[in-house]
Amino acid sequence: MTKPQAIDVNPSFKENLPKEKFDELDSFVNNLETTRSALIEILHKAQKIFGYLPRDVQLHIARKLGIPGAEVFGVVSFYSYFTTKPRGKHTISVCTGTACFVKGSDKIIERVKEKLGIGSNEITEDGLFTLKDVRCLGTCGMAPVMMIDDKVFGRVKEEDLDNIINSYRNKEL
Amino acid sequence: MVEISNNKKLLRIALRNCGLLNPEDIFEYIALGGYESLGKAITQMTQDQVIDEIKKSGLRGRGGGGFPTGLKWELTKKQKSQEKFIICNADEGDPGAFMDRSILEGDPHSVLEAMAIGGYAIGARKGLIYIRAEYPLAIARLSTALQQAGENGLLGENIFGTDFSFDIYLKYGAGAFVCGEETALINSCEGKRGEPNYKPPYPVEEGYWGYPTCVNNVETFANIAPIITKGAQWFASLGTEKCKGTKVFALVGKIKNVGVIEVPMGTTLREIIYDIGGGIPGGRKFKAVQTGGPSGGVIGEANLDTPMDYDSLISIGSMMGSGGMIIMDETDNMVKIAKFYLEFTMDESCGRCTPCRIGTKRLYEILNKITSRKGTMADLDALKQLAYMVKDGSLCGLGQTAPNPVISTMKYFWDEYLAFIKDVDHPRGEGRYTAKNKIGIRS
Ligand SMILES: Cc1cc2nc3c(=O)[nH]c(=O)nc-3n(C[C@H](O)[C@H](O)[C@H](O)COP(=O)(O)O)c2cc1C
Repeated sequence: MTKPQAIDVNPSFKENLPKEKFDELDSFVNNLETTRSALIEILHKAQKIFGYLPRDVQLHIARKLGIPGAEVFGVVSFYSYFTTKPRGKHTISVCTGTACFVKGSDKIIERVKEKLGIGSNEITEDGLFTLKDVRCLGTCGMAPVMMIDDKVFGRVKEEDLDNIINSYRNKEL
Repeated sequence: MVEISNNKKLLRIALRNCGLLNPEDIFEYIALGGYESLGKAITQMTQDQVIDEIKKSGLRGRGGGGFPTGLKWELTKKQKSQEKFIICNADEGDPGAFMDRSILEGDPHSVLEAMAIGGYAIGARKGLIYIRAEYPLAIARLSTALQQAGENGLLGENIFGTDFSFDIYLKYGAGAFVCGEETALINSCEGKRGEPNYKPPYPVEEGYWGYPTCVNNVETFANIAPIITKGAQWFASLGTEKCKGTKVFALVGKIKNVGVIEVPMGTTLREIIYDIGGGIPGGRKFKAVQTGGPSGGVIGEANLDTPMDYDSLISIGSMMGSGGMIIMDETDNMVKIAKFYLEFTMDESCGRCTPCRIGTKRLYEILNKITSRKGTMADLDALKQLAYMVKDGSLCGLGQTAPNPVISTMKYFWDEYLAFIKDVDHPRGEGRYTAKNKIGIRS
């Protein structure tokens, strides 16, 4: 990770990847004390700004840092926190940790999949939900646990799922 | 999170302040004697004295391995280098464990203070905390704590007017279990893929960017300040002969009182499950407890009187791990539990070495075949053989311990495997099949 290169950086601006967002990312990178060992931090920031890490964003970061695009992609694909696909408006995370498993989270996640008609890491047709099965959320006391965006639902029962999901659907109406 | 208090069997050292003080106010921590140890260490003690005190206390790493902390510090100090690092491992990826999280959220300063003491002892000027991104509240509390410690001159240049300067930086994980392994963690801190390296060289020789680096667990650090103030002798008087002090456990699963507990080393599982945990809910029978997460094994009724310490647990085929304890009752099927853990390790295997990358996948496939009732006795044979191959052939602790759930469930719950096998006469008894290879199938 050396200093920025002198190559002209021309990211492809698209509707969902507007220039302002790239500018925001650039100013974050410029304000870092050093870009050495900061790739993961930068990717976290980029995912916060864009919601996901499409190819163009990854290449933009690679050029900005003067490292091969493959290195950036290597890191993005290694960590489960980073996603290269757009996410729905709400992210439903179902905990698949051990404590939740022994309390039946495998059934919860199957039901959620049925109800939304998608698999893990997929997005519903209306773009409202993304489903993720996550590793331990660390709230094992409330197992089984699911999280929608930042809100945690504890001791979830199969019967509750309709209510929970619909409360988010209704917000959109 | 339920805190189970008022029980005589509990003893709080690492959790001493959790729940008692406002973690977002440094002055509450100071009022309870916080940062006194740091002051004592850097103004009254030499580096060697600090290391000696920790060595004499008998403190062993709480991250799972149980390596003596004082020795690790000494080894790092001995390295000749202009720069050294101390890293706090707050990756806690073990599903069903939230001890470190409780400490970071409830008492972040205890970790910062201990890192500074460690930094002084080994000669590091910089510390890193590697924390998983799934713990936003812990990240927020740590950031606040870092800022307050900086503002009050407890971190930064010339702490307590001495020429010791120390700073701590946060590094975020991004969801990879293997990053808890220290060499993988260092790679991840450097912004790379979190794959483990071959050891040696150990991190104490060549770690972060090639500099000597000491990696310790959150709970290990939380024990440091009391040892410095109260003395090694006090700490060494607690626990068992080889394992001193206390251990924090997260009690979850089929148990009445779910929560974080801290007990002296050597407390038996029976005391933990029945006297502290309150037993199994719903009038059901206890079946097994999994310690050490995906790297540990199951412990059945017969071994409930085993004292909890590193060596006893290893001798019965499990391990201490970081302290997650998952209780299972008679309704849980142990083969499915083993499969669950294999699914986890298969998913989290980083792919760097072949035994782990392919072995865990094959183990999972065989288990899947068995649980769908298509397995034969030959599959059980292959399962066992492969389990030992993965254990012996893998590069890092992840692969070396991944087969433990399989091996231990085969050992203690053999008839549950047989119950799935189609070519066995008596589902609950011994099959007619005789082993064809050396390893054999009978446990
Ligand atoms: C696959 C794997 C995962 C690990 N995860 C953690 C972890 O989440 N937290 C931790 O403190 N140590 C973890 N460790 C242990 C570390 O490698 C290391 O031994 C520990 O951080 C050293 O600290 P200690 O001496 O204070 O125990 C893990 C090891 C392996 C092999």
